[in-house]
Amino acid sequence: MKTAITKGRIFNSETGWTECENILIENDRIFAIDGCLETFSADEVIVADNQWIIPGLIDLNVSLREPGFPEKGSIASETKAAVAGGVTTLCCPPDTLPVNDSKAVSNLIEEQASRYGHCRVLPLGAVTKGLKGESLSEYSALKKAGCIALSSAFNPFKNLSVAKRCFEYAKTHGLSVFVNPLEPSLHKGVVHAGQISTTIGLQGIPSVAETIAVAQLIQLAHTTGAHLHLSQISAAESVNLVADAKTRDIPVTADVSIHNLLYTDRDTLNFNSLFHCQPPLRAESDRQALISGVTNGTIDAITSAHQPHEAAAKLMPFAETEPGISGVELILTLAVQLHDQDDLPLDTFIRAMTDGAARVLRRPSPSLVPGETADLCIYDPSHRWLCTPETLVSTGSNTPLLNQELSGRVRSTLVAGRTVYRLVE
Amino acid sequence: MHDNQAVEALLHSMAQELETYLSRQSITHCEFVGIRTGGVWIAKAIQALIGNTQALGELDISFYRDDFTRIGLNPTVSPSSLPFETEGKHLVLFDDVLMSGRTIRAAMNELFDYGRPASITLAVLIDLNRPELPIRPNIVGANLSLRPDERVKLIGPKDLSLEIEHLRSSGDER
Amino acid sequence: MQDSIGPSIQLTETGKLKHFLTVSGLNKDLLTEILDTADSFIEVGERNIKKVPLLRGKTVVNLFFEASTRTRSTFELAAKRLSADVLNINISTSATSKGESLSDMLRNLEAMASDMFIVRHSQSGAAHFIAESVTPGVAIVNAGDGWHAHPTQAMLDMLTIRQHKKHFEGLKVAIIGDILHSRVARSQIRALNTLGVEEVRVIAPNTLLPEFVETLGVTVYNNLEEGLRDIDVIIMLRLQRERMQGALLPSEQEYYQLYGLTRERLKIAKPDAIVMHPGPINRGVEIESEVADGNQSVILNQVTNGIAVRMAVLSMAMSGQTETQNARKNERLDRDKA
Repeated sequence: MKTAITKGRIFNSETGWTECENILIENDRIFAIDGCLETFSADEVIVADNQWIIPGLIDLNVSLREPGFPEKGSIASETKAAVAGGVTTLCCPPDTLPVNDSKAVSNLIEEQASRYGHCRVLPLGAVTKGLKGESLSEYSALKKAGCIALSSAFNPFKNLSVAKRCFEYAKTHGLSVFVNPLEPSLHKGVVHAGQISTTIGLQGIPSVAETIAVAQLIQLAHTTGAHLHLSQISAAESVNLVADAKTRDIPVTADVSIHNLLYTDRDTLNFNSLFHCQPPLRAESDRQALISGVTNGTIDAITSAHQPHEAAAKLMPFAETEPGISGVELILTLAVQLHDQDDLPLDTFIRAMTDGAARVLRRPSPSLVPGETADLCIYDPSHRWLCTPETLVSTGSNTPLLNQELSGRVRSTLVAGRTVYRLVE
Repeated sequence: MHDNQAVEALLHSMAQELETYLSRQSITHCEFVGIRTGGVWIAKAIQALIGNTQALGELDISFYRDDFTRIGLNPTVSPSSLPFETEGKHLVLFDDVLMSGRTIRAAMNELFDYGRPASITLAVLIDLNRPELPIRPNIVGANLSLRPDERVKLIGPKDLSLEIEHLRSSGDER
Repeated sequence: MQDSIGPSIQLTETGKLKHFLTVSGLNKDLLTEILDTADSFIEVGERNIKKVPLLRGKTVVNLFFEASTRTRSTFELAAKRLSADVLNINISTSATSKGESLSDMLRNLEAMASDMFIVRHSQSGAAHFIAESVTPGVAIVNAGDGWHAHPTQAMLDMLTIRQHKKHFEGLKVAIIGDILHSRVARSQIRALNTLGVEEVRVIAPNTLLPEFVETLGVTVYNNLEEGLRDIDVIIMLRLQRERMQGALLPSEQEYYQLYGLTRERLKIAKPDAIVMHPGPINRGVEIESEVADGNQSVILNQVTNGIAVRMAVLSMAMSGQTETQNARKNERLDRDKA
């Protein structure tokens, strides 16, 4: 299969943005950039018309909701949402039903993904059985079944002794451990503990509930030598702890949810449950620290932390709603917003979701050069559209951008040279 | 058009008419009640003219209006005050301008929530003769005919005078 | 600090009240209007026939997810004195989380042509949520949501203060007790600051104060004697027994020793200081009996004022909804004509 994409602005981490005449793709590889279009005889020509051609994004945390939560989403629907957002590789957390702590569930996910999925799905295996935080799951089996790493999702270890054993066993199998850092005895509440929570009378989760866990986990990584990846840090002090650990060459990486880069606890003042997230949206000073952390490389990757929900999950008083934002298909739109606000340059964002994420997964960096895999998306920054449950691809419409007119949308996405998504207007 | 002197003259004639009327009805003792704000000014003026020093009742009819569902609550409502028992008493009710009669209906409803009066005598400075309800005054200062787009207003509390205003669009009924 | 963002859901386009969810976002003029309107309703309560026809034909539903006889009956009385028809619905919170969703319940109640819901709920933000979900034209009044707000209580407290002190400027007010869990305290603090008192003090042990409490606009005292110096108004909050179980306080006796308002301590405040309490009172825990019944106590005034303030808020909210609905109707008529 031969595909040609003409007249776009192509992005590569090393070279930045360049205008190109064409990208020629043969089967699953990039054949040439600015090659000879006439002699190529493409089967399909996509006119990019000065739109952006970006390497397929790698999203480290996308909840596909299958198996177990059909009202919230499925592998088919949420991978489609992912490619609609320009994501060509994603990691799905193990907090499915049943929990992905066995070969059986991993195989199920892989099969569903290969049959009905639209992008590359890399499952994260449960670091403890049933995610109960008590005993090890079968890391070797999980790895053989295709799990790229282990994860605790939001389920804490029962005690540090269990955690240490998990890290040691993971190191033996060469698996990274993804942890959402939280200390359960301090982690009680639904919003960030601060000025806002005091005013509106919602129970707040203090930053220390996260930072204490970050400190402990870093020590475990340091002692055992296992690779610790901190999923979705939210507090300024967490950034400091990670920076410190990196200077001492402790094997730690970290990612941040794009929503913690855009929003703060002020957005919950009117009890809008669309801003109910875990980890919570913290104060402006935390947001600024997270942005600096991405800019200076302390934070390696950005993720959508995609969590689609059925409408009823958000239609309740704030503290009774389920946390999570549906955001994978809007991630580039949000990135452009960050850029336009002068918070985070678009280039930095793209690097965080390509090089940075690849580094966390210990895989080669994607790049759009001849010989490399053709995973890419074409983004039209000027396309205006109204975000509604009907126009969204994901099953979940729980996004703060709902009912807003947005500028910018992915027009096509290719995985291994095949067009897996095309915007239908 | 109707300056202070003209209004004074009307008040004099009303005071006389009132005394005559009350004696004809054999009412020896009565209480005075004015509807805010113009009716209170009229009542005070007439009390002074007939040498009556009793406490004056003041009625705010905001809670009894029949147009609450159309125009809502008046933000400047203040408490009514009736410093006397109304049960079994003869009342004289004062208002400045009588038009549709709805204000008087509201005032009477409110008065009845205080108690059952023996009688209510209605005294108004101006009758525009545009009744929408079967309510007629007992004492009138003057009858006035206005065009449909005109309204008359009492200016006070000192040197009471009348002013005619022109409405712009579809009128607001008072 | 600015307490709310965006256009207030409580106000019509002309700035009139159409829901009453929180004191936050309302300016001094509007709060004063509530107090003035309440004054008129006090007068109604002194007549033979204590009714006015303002809400005649309207259906008011008391939707209480938290049990409360006292607040519910004052709202019921207020609605009835406005000539409304009143429906009382008590629901335990577990019924909604397991069974019918809150949204579904609202739809069913609306189908019965309710004009207003008075809502008390254990979750902060519940009244906001209901106001966002309800059909346009239906007014929502917050009778207390979680730790967030209890605006009618705050307003009746303000009315009581105004009756005894005439002006808010120059007043020093102390709120004593469990501020952390108190929606009443949060609403009172907002109202006092908006109405322009000179100082609001909170007096409590640190375990009963929310972190960042100063950002609410108060000065913090842990010592009762120091906090009471020069005070014009003392507001006592009720101490709930559960706080002892939650390891926030050692015992009732220790609390009373340190923070109980006794006759002796009352003398530290100004000689004409008034003592208030939203009720119900825990005699011997937060307040000495003689003080609660003494001549500086205005606790019984608060009860009378409660009905008047609620009558004011109910009629203002209904009036605001009417104004919005009429404006919409006129817009539609204009559009059809064009």
